[in-house]
Formats: sequence, C-alpha cells, structure tokens
Amino acid sequence: MLYRENGQFKTTYRADQQIFPILQDRVVVLLFVAFAVIAVPLFASDYLLRAILIPFVIISLAALGVNILVGYCGQISLGSGAFMAVGAYGAYNVMARIPGMPLIPALLLGGFFAMLFGMFFGLPSLRVKGLYLAVATLAAQFFADWMFLRIKWFTLDNSSGSAAVSNLQVFGHALESDASKYLFCLTFLIVIALGAKNLVRGAIGREWMAIRDMDVAAAVIGIRPMYAKLSAFAVSSFIIGVAGALWGFFYLGAWEPAAFSVDQSFRLLFMVIIGGLGSIMGSFFGAAFIVVLPIALNQMLPAIASLFGAQISTSALSHTELMVFGALIVWFLIVEPHGLARLWSIGKEKLRRWPFPH
Amino acid sequence: MKTRQLAFAIAALAASASSLVHTSAAAQAKEQFIPVLSYRTGPYAPNGIPIANGIVDYYKLVNARGGINGVKIAFEECETGYDTARSVECYERLKGKNGGASVVQPWSTGATFAITEKAAVDKIPIVTLGYGRSESADGTVFKWNFPLAGNYWVAADALVQAIGQKEGGLAKLKGKKIALVYHDSPFGKESIPMLDERAAQQGFELLKLPVTAPGVEQKATWLQVRQARPDYVILWGFGVMNSTALKEAQATGYPREKMYGVWWSGAEPDVKDVGEGAKGYNSVTLQNSTDYSAKVVKEILAMVYDKGQGTGNREEVGQVLYLRGAMGSMLTVEGIRAAQERFGKGKVMTGEQVRWGLENLNLTQAKLDALGFAGVLRPISTSCADHMGAYWARIHTWDGKAWKFTTDWLQADEQIIKPMVKAAAAKYAAEKKLTSRTPAECQS
Amino acid sequence: MAFFLETLLGGLMAGMLYSLVALGFVLIFKASGVFNFAQGAMVLFAALAMARFSEWIPQWTGLESKVLSDVAAFAIAALIMFAVAWLIERLVLRHLVNQEGATLLMATIGITYFLEGLGQSLFGSSIYKIDIGMPKDPIFVLESTFQGGVLINKEDLYAALIAATLVALLSLFFQKTATGRALRAVADDHQAAQSIGIALSRIWVIVWCVAGVVALVAGMIWGSKLGVQFSLSTVALRALPVVILGGLTSVPGAIIGGLIIGVGEKLSEVYLGPYVGGGIEIWFAYVLALGFLLIRPQGLFGEKIIDRV
Repeated sequence: MLYRENGQFKTTYRADQQIFPILQDRVVVLLFVAFAVIAVPLFASDYLLRAILIPFVIISLAALGVNILVGYCGQISLGSGAFMAVGAYGAYNVMARIPGMPLIPALLLGGFFAMLFGMFFGLPSLRVKGLYLAVATLAAQFFADWMFLRIKWFTLDNSSGSAAVSNLQVFGHALESDASKYLFCLTFLIVIALGAKNLVRGAIGREWMAIRDMDVAAAVIGIRPMYAKLSAFAVSSFIIGVAGALWGFFYLGAWEPAAFSVDQSFRLLFMVIIGGLGSIMGSFFGAAFIVVLPIALNQMLPAIASLFGAQISTSALSHTELMVFGALIVWFLIVEPHGLARLWSIGKEKLRRWPFPH
Repeated sequence: MKTRQLAFAIAALAASASSLVHTSAAAQAKEQFIPVLSYRTGPYAPNGIPIANGIVDYYKLVNARGGINGVKIAFEECETGYDTARSVECYERLKGKNGGASVVQPWSTGATFAITEKAAVDKIPIVTLGYGRSESADGTVFKWNFPLAGNYWVAADALVQAIGQKEGGLAKLKGKKIALVYHDSPFGKESIPMLDERAAQQGFELLKLPVTAPGVEQKATWLQVRQARPDYVILWGFGVMNSTALKEAQATGYPREKMYGVWWSGAEPDVKDVGEGAKGYNSVTLQNSTDYSAKVVKEILAMVYDKGQGTGNREEVGQVLYLRGAMGSMLTVEGIRAAQERFGKGKVMTGEQVRWGLENLNLTQAKLDALGFAGVLRPISTSCADHMGAYWARIHTWDGKAWKFTTDWLQADEQIIKPMVKAAAAKYAAEKKLTSRTPAECQS
Repeated sequence: MAFFLETLLGGLMAGMLYSLVALGFVLIFKASGVFNFAQGAMVLFAALAMARFSEWIPQWTGLESKVLSDVAAFAIAALIMFAVAWLIERLVLRHLVNQEGATLLMATIGITYFLEGLGQSLFGSSIYKIDIGMPKDPIFVLESTFQGGVLINKEDLYAALIAATLVALLSLFFQKTATGRALRAVADDHQAAQSIGIALSRIWVIVWCVAGVVALVAGMIWGSKLGVQFSLSTVALRALPVVILGGLTSVPGAIIGGLIIGVGEKLSEVYLGPYVGGGIEIWFAYVLALGFLLIRPQGLFGEKIIDRV
C-alpha cells in the first residue's frame, strides 16, 4: 500500500538506472543519511560515539571492501587484517615522514599501498581457488604480522614497534571531538560506499560476478580472469587499507601489529558472510552484528541476570557472551542462510505487498 | 513462523534499546570509583586471574578497614581478554561512570600504549606497575603515566647484574654469550635497548631470538639455543610462552639454572605444570615473591576470605601475581590517601588530585610495614620528574615446589637507566610536540 | 651435520603433531564437505575435558591409580566428544543440508565460539595439566658418529608414534569395516550414497565422532606438551597449511603435508631466520604451502577440482 511504484514513470534512462529507482527508497535512504549525519552527533553520548559508532562506521567500510572481493568476485580472502595493517602503517609513515602532509591524501596513500600489497598477494588467485585460496591468503596475514614487527623502518625506528598518531586536522579544523571524528569517518564511508555500489553495478562489477558464478564460462565469453580478479583485489584492498588507516588513526590512536592480527581477518570474513555475500547493504548489517552485538550483550546480560537476582562475574559474562554469540550465528544461518541482507530484502518484498500477503 | 519472527524482532529492539541505556550502579556520594581492567578469559587468563583477584581483594580489604579516611572504594571489573581494542572499549565505558574514574591500571603493555594518549586528554592517571613504556618513568614528559616500583629497564639491568653476580663480577661477563628469548611484541622488545646497552658496556654477546605470539611452538627457537650454546638465557615472555619455553628447555637439555626470566615470566602459572622440570629456573621479581606469611596476606584472609567475600581461591592468596595485584591496589590507594592529605581528607579525589598524590608518594619502610608489606616491598618514593619511585629488585628461584629468594636486593644502575629514560622521553616529546613540565608546574 | 639432523628430525616430529590436528579437518571435509573451522576449539574442549576429569575422578571416587584415572578421563572425554558430535549434527548440520560452503563454514565458526565459551565456563580458564607419563628429557643418539650426539625429543617421538598408530587404525577403519565403506561412499557422492540406502545423518554423526576422538588424541598430546589452556586452539592455525598442502580430502596427504610443513618450518627458522631477524616460522609454512599449490592447485593428494560449465 505504501511501498508502491504506481505513478512513478521514468522518462529518462538516467532516472531508470539510478541506484534507488523507487521514490520511497530514496526518501528513506536520504532520511537515514540525514539522521546519521545530523541527529546522531547531536544526540549521541560520547561513549556511544567513541566506542560503538566510530568502530561500526570504520569496520563496515572494511567489511564493504571484503564483500567486494569475497561476495562479488568469489575469492575468499583471509588476509584482510594484513591489508588494514598496511593501510594503517602506510598512512602513518606518510604523515610522519612528510612534514605538513594533509590528512586525506595520507589516508588515501595508505589505501594505495594496501592496494599494491593486495594485488601482489592476490596473484595466487589466478591459479588457486576456493578454500585453498582462503588459506593461502593467510600467508599475507602472517607475513604482514612479521613484517611490521621486524622491519623497524615502518615504525620510524621506534624500538617498541608501536605507532601512535595525534593532532589530526583536516582543512585547518582540528578533529578533536568525537562528533567530528565520527563525521569524518562517516563521510569516507558514504563516498566510498557510493563508489563501490556504482562499481558493482557497472561493467567491472558484472565481470566480477561472472567470475564468481562460473569462471570458466566467463573466460569463454571473453572476460579476462586475471584482469577481473586482480582488479577485485585492488579495489577491495584499497578500501580495506583506507579503513585500516581510519581504524588506527581514529579509533585506536596508538597501535601495534597485534591490533591487525588474524582475528581481525576472521572477524571481517564473518561479518561479510553473516551480513550477506554480494550485497553492499549486507556489509553494514554484518558489521553491526559483529561490532555492536558483543557490547550489547555485555550490557544486557548483567541486567538480565540481576532480574533473577544473580551477580554475574566478568569471566562468566565473557563466556556467556561467546556462547550466545555463537548460538546466534548458527540460528541466523538456519533461519536465513544467505545472510541478514536477504532477510532485509524479504522484508522489503513483504512490505510491497502489505497489507495483502500471499 | 510469523509470531516467532515478530517475537525475535521485539527482542532485538529491546536489546538494542537497552544497550543504549547505561546501567550505572547506585553511586554513593562518598565513593572513589576505580575501574579494574582484567583478563579472566583468553590466552593470558592463567596469569590474569591471580592479578585480578589480588587487586580486587585489596580494595575489599581497604573497604573492610573503613575506606580511605572514610571514603570507600567503588570498583568495577571489565573483561579485556588482554586485547587492546577491548581494553580501550572498557576504558571508554568505565571512565565516566560513578562520578568519573580517578585512576586506571591497564595491566597490558599494548593497552597502555593505546590508553596513554587518551588518559592525558581525560586527565586520568595510569598506574603501570612494572610494565608499559619504560621511558614513562620520566614524569616531566609522561605527565599521567606511573610505572611504579620498576620498569622493564630496571628488570633487564637487574637480570644482567644477577648473572654478573653468578659469574663473580660484572667484569667476568666479557666474552660470554647471553641469549634473549623474547615475546615478539612491544612488550618483548622493551628489553632490547637496555640489554644492548649492557652488552656494549660489559662486552658480552646478545643473541636475540623472537618467539611469535602466543609462543605455543618454540622447538626451532630452542634448537637454535642448543646450537648457539649460550652461557645464559634470558626469558622475556608472558602467558603460555613461559611454560612452553621451560618445557622446550627441558626437552633440549638446556640447564634451567642458567635461565633467568623477567618478572612477567616468573610466577606460579609459568612453572606449576612444569614442576620439577623447571627446578633451578630463576626470575627477577618486582620486589615481591610468594609470601604466605606477610601481614597483608593474613589480613586479607581474615577480613575478606573469612567473611566469605574472597574473589578467588584461598590457596592463591600470597602467590607472586596475587601479591603484585595487591601491590598495585595498595600503591593506588596510598596515592589517593596522599592526595587527600593535600586536597581534603574524607573527600572523593579527582583524577588530577590523584595524580598529585601518586607523584608525591613517600612510602617509607615503616609505612609499608604498617600496611602489612614488611619483607615484600622496599621504600618507594616518587616525584614529579620520577614517576617510578624505586630501582630495586631481587632474584627468586623455583625449587620444584615453591619460589625462594636466592639473592639479596639488587639495585639497578641509575647511571645507565636515567639517561636512557630521559633520551627516550625527549624523543617521544619531540615526536608528539609535547612540552615537558617545569618544576613550577609540578606543585599544582 | 649433527645439528642439521636434529633440526630435520625435530621438524619431522613437529610435522606429525600438526598432521594429527589436520586429520580432523580432512575427515570432516571428506565426508560432509564442511570445512570444520571448529576443529581447534574441539581440540581445546576435548583436552580441557580430559585434563579436568583426570583431576576430578581421583577427587570424587578416591581412585588411587593414576593410570586408571587417566584412562577413565580419556573415556569420559571421548563420550563428551560423541555427545558434542551428536548435538552438532542434530542442531546445526541437519538444518543446513545442501547449503553452500560459505554458509556451512560460518556455521562451524558459530560452533567455535560456542565451544570456546562452553569449555571455559564448564572447565575453567587456567592452565591444566595432562600427565600421561610422557618422558620429558631428551635422548642423544649417534654419539659415536657426531660429537655430542643427535638430540631426539622423546616426548615428540612417542607422540609421532601415537599419531602413526592412529592413522593406521583410521585406515583400517575406512578400508575394512562396513561403516568405513559407507563413509567413503558418502565422501564420494552424497546423493548416490543416499540412493543406496545409507542414512546421511547417521554417517555425519559418526564422522564428527571420529573427528572428535582425533581431536581428543591431538588435544591429549599437545596438552601434555604445552599444558591445556586457551592458546591450544591456535594450534589449528598451524595445521592449516598442512591441510591445504596435502589436499583437503586426503588422509595420507595430511601426513605427508605435515612432514613437509614441519621440516620446512624448522629448517627455515633455524637457517634462514637469523638473516632476517627470526620469527619467520609461521608465514614460511604458509608460503611453502602456497608454493606447492601453485604447482598443484588442489594440494598434493587432493581431488582435482573439475569445473563443469
């Protein structure tokens, strides 16, 4: 009833091919973006911004990058933590070694270094497929772990091997408050997400999806596998690198190689699978699930326990969190194996028919 | 199916709503809030659990005695799993609760690096007993960090001196070979500047063997030790790396008497399951070893455990890491007490006031004995420029069943450490474009 | 030369220990096409169960003999792993039949988290001891030929022998028994196996049970070497290169892959490591596996991936 297209006639190809052709979609998305940009910084508490929203925004950017590689191009990669690390350390080195370097080019250069790293470690994808490729990309992960610990040049010959940034400013405006950091990261997310959405709707995105679905057939109709796979690695690692730089600069502040360990790689892959492979929306859902849920559980479980009059110790809380988290993952997969994004699109389809179900 | 989905949707909404509501404990007007970052799960839990129990039990003891001049301590534990990102999240969540945190102890070098930047902005002092950045002993640059009782360079120097003592004098170390088996992380690498300096001065060869975290597989490392046949091995690890190293040493036949560990590698969890196989293994101590007869141990057992308020097992009270946690709490409490002397007895102290207290700690032996730490600690005396307060350590050795002291007090060489600390702190200040504090600023 | 032999032997034995963990992965993948990410957590859970029960049984029943209580603990831990296997099949796998690989992988990840939380809350987070009487001191052989002799770690030697026995038993099981034949049939083609009357769910329970017992043996041996605590689950990450080098569907591949990775790791760390500062073991193993994959993309003994267009 509400979510109908009738009356909306397109008169130009441009109008027909936009990302959100239905007016209701456009309105909702714009409202949501306005909410995120205007209302959230005004009304959210510092803790919410600093500990939940900023990591969520940055990690969903990284999940977006991983989704392009894993979801759209079908190359399972477990090296995302390494790409984040290269982005972070790359941006750090650029900022520290070139005096007066502005922030945005430094972040983009970090992404560029991550892109080169990603393309190099993506070369095996030309020969190796599937789960074998996944484990092979772990080579990238562990190599990056070792590289940043051993080669002191990357950490400015600092003996401890950790990096720290401070006094970040953009266009002369210091990024001190949490709201400004949040808005900065959100801007990156919106711009890159828009770019990614258009990439996957275009020719290159179709090449990636062809490779994912049936790479032999794709090669037969003239899609060059090397070009498609390496471009997927390139775009994906660029985005993940930028996200890594944002993570180091705006969330952690000071980091060591362990911050980008294999656990981070696995987390990003989980987000993408839970959120929905091959879906930009899915990256956001997955990131929300993996980032926000543990914190929510952490706050909810003591409240629930106190309802029953029980005091829950921090270790028991942590264990219960793990168990509930694992159980929820399994439950979600049983309910909807294609991820949360599929649940979302089913919801939208039902809304189109509402109030006349069939 | 529909009702199930609807029910789930409502539950999810309630969950997300409740996560936005901050559940704050009923904050009493006169309570000093101290967040406790601990790791009771994860790979470092065996070491983290006794530390956390020590910290919490000491606060309970202080409250049982009536608090700090009547002000009780409100503490809240947060599980970090030794993960830096989770530690940062815990810090952010707890720093504003209950009227504001007044002091924080991260108990992890990685978390210390991350929280140092934030605490300076939030004006909350960080107490890092025997870990964190070694150069944070310089209080003029690191205005909010307190590596009380010792830092990594004190440990490294004490180890070299102990080895020198074993050989019959530091001069006898010339031409010897010492291997450093270290945890490949900022924690492990902290030892290297000091050991390099000592190697240059005393003329011994330092062989560096990194072990990738968490240190579960060390066969190759110890094969290299066997090939190099060093005269001594310094073990600088944490968690499972320590017991694995001792087991591999046994398996390759390296004498444990020639192994010296840092104070994070010399506690019960590291040697208990190796048992007799670790007999003869030495470790430097952050002043304390296992001490079941110390007055503070007896008081905790009497006033906390006998009342059923104990956090962990009775048998743990008095062990190395337990006492270290209690020491951390004690120094924090004494810092708050010193702050109260200046800013008002019986009042709740802010972070800045606690910082003043921590840099004006004057714990004489008499005061320490009165607190129950006789035989456990030596006097600790901090100042604005010196946030460490003590340069002393002892060596204890595992005899197969318990830790026993085998040397007297060793004093780390201030002539070497102080210039290194100053130089490293100056480098940090230059990088961050910080200005050091002048003596005039210290009095505030 | 003696030192080279020591490193080589050490690598071979370390490799056998890795293959023990890799076997679990291979068994489950072969029979059900699921990459069991939870294998590491299963090793930890099984080891925790055995370690704790070997402590608790003497306490509860007053049993004096260490050997008997160890055997009883092993048996109870095996029963617990059977229960876990049955529950996994019942609650998770049955509902995810015919889903794609990524979904099943994710489900095993959920199981990992669940087992880690459950294991630590039931059995605790400290270090626990498994003492099965493994000797801790080394032996020195060939002392006449080489000065100082060649060091052999007795514990690793016994562990390698146990691993070899386990593999032999598994091979016998697969080749000679009816259930083993049914398992091979299911591994070959699910639908064909169903069409001749093999109950898939029963087979999967059996496979997960066998993988559980393999995890228990691996946990017992690694736990005896390292002590049972949380980091034990990271051993699975060390075993992954073995799995892909040998091929995801091959049991002999897991063994040979293990030997190659073990030797490669140790030799690289000892001989190449000093030139680059050390600590290269882990990524070298993966790079080595990757190198082999470039020549044979399905692993040394894995099934060739046939793409039908």
